[in-house]
Amino acid sequence: MNNKNENFMRLDFPSKSCNESFSRAAVAAFASQLDMNIEELADIKTAVSEAVTNSIVHGYRGIKGIIHIECRISGDSITVTVRDEGRGIEDVERAMQPLFTTDRDGERSGMGFTVMQTFMDKLSVDSVYGEGTTVTMTKTIGGEADGDFGEI
Amino acid sequence: MQINIEIIGNTLVAKLFGELDHHCCDEVRAAVDREIERGRIKNLVFDLDGVSFMDSSGIGVIAGRYKKIKEFGGRTLIIRARPQVDRVLELSGIKKILECG
Repeated sequence: MNNKNENFMRLDFPSKSCNESFSRAAVAAFASQLDMNIEELADIKTAVSEAVTNSIVHGYRGIKGIIHIECRISGDSITVTVRDEGRGIEDVERAMQPLFTTDRDGERSGMGFTVMQTFMDKLSVDSVYGEGTTVTMTKTIGGEADGDFGEI
Repeated sequence: MQINIEIIGNTLVAKLFGELDHHCCDEVRAAVDREIERGRIKNLVFDLDGVSFMDSSGIGVIAGRYKKIKEFGGRTLIIRARPQVDRVLELSGIKKILECG
């Protein structure tokens, strides 16, 4: 076990779209203390951007609220939690289908969760309709999704 | 986001600079649609060399413009996408419906 690499940070900000670029840059800056390549860092940045945009566009649609981010580094892994106290998702399974969007008139691509799933190793979405959504995603650096070589 | 619009013949070249996310979607949409609605152009090129970051909101904007251009029988092309942008384009499947150079 390697416990020397433990760290965390928290970020709270209002659900303004100008905070999308700020929040993904802040997470990327924190994440970069892990020794990762440009592609891995870009993956984290993109996934965070999707989660924060979901909270703004869907969670807090038409209302103002606070978005909470927590990042935790443990060994070679980083876990990013993006939480809102917005509308929540009625049907999480359906929302996670590629191309599914509730935004019929607009031009949302319906790819947000697919991006998070593809670019991170683990994704979980907990939502209570009417209360809010928590997205938790983990990426292990320097390995494939299963970076576990077992006990030696 | 900075948007440079250039018209070459009947082709609109939209050069984008900066980060293409939900926050600047409306700006890009408005700038390109303004030219499409003037009716002087047929084809559309997105030059993404200056785009340092894009998420799925960018896909929405590009796909939306592609549909409009297609209505009038025109073609949409994406050129010079950087690796992070290309990865999002690839994942979205949009590269299968429009041309990428």
